[in-house]
Amino acid sequence: MYTLSGVTKTYDQSKRKVTALSGVDLVIENGELVAIQGPTGGGKSTLLQLLGALDRSSSGSVKLDDADLSSLGDGKLATIRAQEIGFVFQGFNLIPTLTALENVETALAPLGFGTTDRRDRSVEALEKVGLGDRIHHLPSELSGGQQQRVAIARALVKQPRVLLADEPTGNLDEQTRDEIMDLLEAEWRERGFTFIVVTHDSAVAKRAPRRLRIKNGTVSER
Amino acid sequence: MFGIYLRRELLNRRRQTIIIAIGMALAIALVIIVNSVSGGVKNAQAAVLESVYGVGTDITITQEPEAPTEGQGPGQQFDFGSGDGTTTDGTTAVSQSRLEAARGSSTFDASAIDTAAGTDGVAAAVGVLSLTNTTFDGELPDFSQMQQGGTDGAPGSGAQPPSGGPDGAGGSSFDIDSFTVLGYDPAAAAVGPLTAATLSDGRVLEASDAGADVAIIDSTYATESDLAVGDTIDIGGTSFEIVGIVTSTSADGTSASNVYIPLVTAQTLAGLDDQISSVYVQADSADSIDAVKADLETALPDATVNTQEDLASSVSGSLSSATGLITSLGTWLSIIVLIAAFLVAILFTISGVTRRTREFGTLKAIGWSNKRIVGQVAGESLVQGAIGGVVGIALGLVGILIVNLIAPTLGSGTATTTEAAGPGGMPGGPGAAGFGQQAIASTTDITLQLPVTFAVIGIAVGIAILGGLIAGAFGGWRASRLRPAAAFRSVN
Repeated sequence: MYTLSGVTKTYDQSKRKVTALSGVDLVIENGELVAIQGPTGGGKSTLLQLLGALDRSSSGSVKLDDADLSSLGDGKLATIRAQEIGFVFQGFNLIPTLTALENVETALAPLGFGTTDRRDRSVEALEKVGLGDRIHHLPSELSGGQQQRVAIARALVKQPRVLLADEPTGNLDEQTRDEIMDLLEAEWRERGFTFIVVTHDSAVAKRAPRRLRIKNGTVSER
Repeated sequence: MFGIYLRRELLNRRRQTIIIAIGMALAIALVIIVNSVSGGVKNAQAAVLESVYGVGTDITITQEPEAPTEGQGPGQQFDFGSGDGTTTDGTTAVSQSRLEAARGSSTFDASAIDTAAGTDGVAAAVGVLSLTNTTFDGELPDFSQMQQGGTDGAPGSGAQPPSGGPDGAGGSSFDIDSFTVLGYDPAAAAVGPLTAATLSDGRVLEASDAGADVAIIDSTYATESDLAVGDTIDIGGTSFEIVGIVTSTSADGTSASNVYIPLVTAQTLAGLDDQISSVYVQADSADSIDAVKADLETALPDATVNTQEDLASSVSGSLSSATGLITSLGTWLSIIVLIAAFLVAILFTISGVTRRTREFGTLKAIGWSNKRIVGQVAGESLVQGAIGGVVGIALGLVGILIVNLIAPTLGSGTATTTEAAGPGGMPGGPGAAGFGQQAIASTTDITLQLPVTFAVIGIAVGIAILGGLIAGAFGGWRASRLRPAAAFRSVN
């Protein structure tokens, strides 16, 4: 469960302070599917980074269960990211020199799995997203939809408690968008992880039982 | 995962890998070649010194020759009286041989040997006398006959034309032969020039040969002069029996002197009783050489005391130029290329990390620790350095092989003095007998052979690892400073 209390995030930009989030109070229960919408620059990505333990708040606290992500050291945050949180990015963010299988394996590398175990789990994850026949392809040899499926396999292979998706369909056509969202939703239903998706796309947002809107650094329910 | 990622990065980012590896390879190859050339030149220098001063000589004692005074001739002068020579068919043949201290050297009292031997830290001291034997052979017309038949023999007077001499028309011919002679003590040959020579025929001089007219000769000189064991050689007007032939262990096989005779015989023949021109000293340990040198300088204030290090600086010629080139240009070139290669490796690694900002951000986002990412970057740099090292070593060895196949010859000389000894007379000219100035005591052509040592290969491997580590450290430092939120940047 995420508990955000009075979270503010400011950045120094060209000698002036920019407030990305301002006094955000928010609770997200375990297993929820939450869509976050809002205009560009409203603070969506900043919120996602704080939830994903990628950044620390300037003030206030961001708790994932009992762990205060605002005050933990880099090493602890890296461990939480490795064990608890899966990411899906708008630009897929695959390592271009690694095959689909190896890209999925990168998520298991910090968890200490043996080579065979790591490989078996990764193959299984890729088969589950429908890419069992593409495991040895480089990202450049895959379509956008296929690359995002690899990214989803990479995010889910470690069976995280939280899946954070930043515009996961932003670079895809409508048909592929629906396929990807169907896949993510199915996985969410099957595994019961907390699924937070940032999107501009109302069609994607409508799939979420709970929708939040961020504007000028403040969060409101829709 | 480390190995897979490493291999994929190196293979799929070939351009960066190749550029860094080539930079490192060129630098390493250059360092190897420069080091090897330096080693080769040092070996050549040592060979030159050994051929002149012998193996195991740590210190030499000589005495600076006095500058010639005005009117003092350069050396040999041949005087013939009116009754000298033998006359046959109107031609008078004259021959004279002189044995004198070698040009450019000076003689001093042989008591210096005992002084040196009695100095603390001296294991052995041997004295030698360097001499030059010059033989004048000439054929002249019989002047007495010419005078009798030509008192009124002015042109056009109808007198007989000039006759006699080697061409039968009143001409003359002269032949001057010169070779070096070294007098040494056969009973104390543990140090000195002959330690760098091996006996190739006959026998060496023994203690019982002291005072005898026996000689051993250098094999090169023996071949040039068509001499063999059992033949005789004229030295200072005395006939010596050749009892042995020695060959230098130096690259060109030429030893320090053409002829070697017992020291006492040499002193007597040259009229230099109890005189020597050099003392060869062996210290009892390498560490004590400097102290021994200082003690000898105190004990023999008029003498010049040189260590091997000092002697090395006396090597002249193209070998000396090569030494200078290697120690200055070669070393600096290596350093500059090495710095350039390191900079290229560092800049390319940092640029690579910057280009992969989103990639490393993504890896951090999915839980990779800083340590793992820094290790990955450093590993890539190390392998790139290692590839450069392997290629560099191969290039370096090929370079060394090429030089060794070409086998360039370096001329060298061991200078004892460059003082001009006065005007040299042309044969038969006024004052006679200065046959050019001997500015160097010995000249040798050394074939440059570059050695390959484990030390050189070790240096190359060390440079490759160091280059990789430095580049990796910079790249890793850059990567460690990336925030995981960078994964959200620059969306494709």
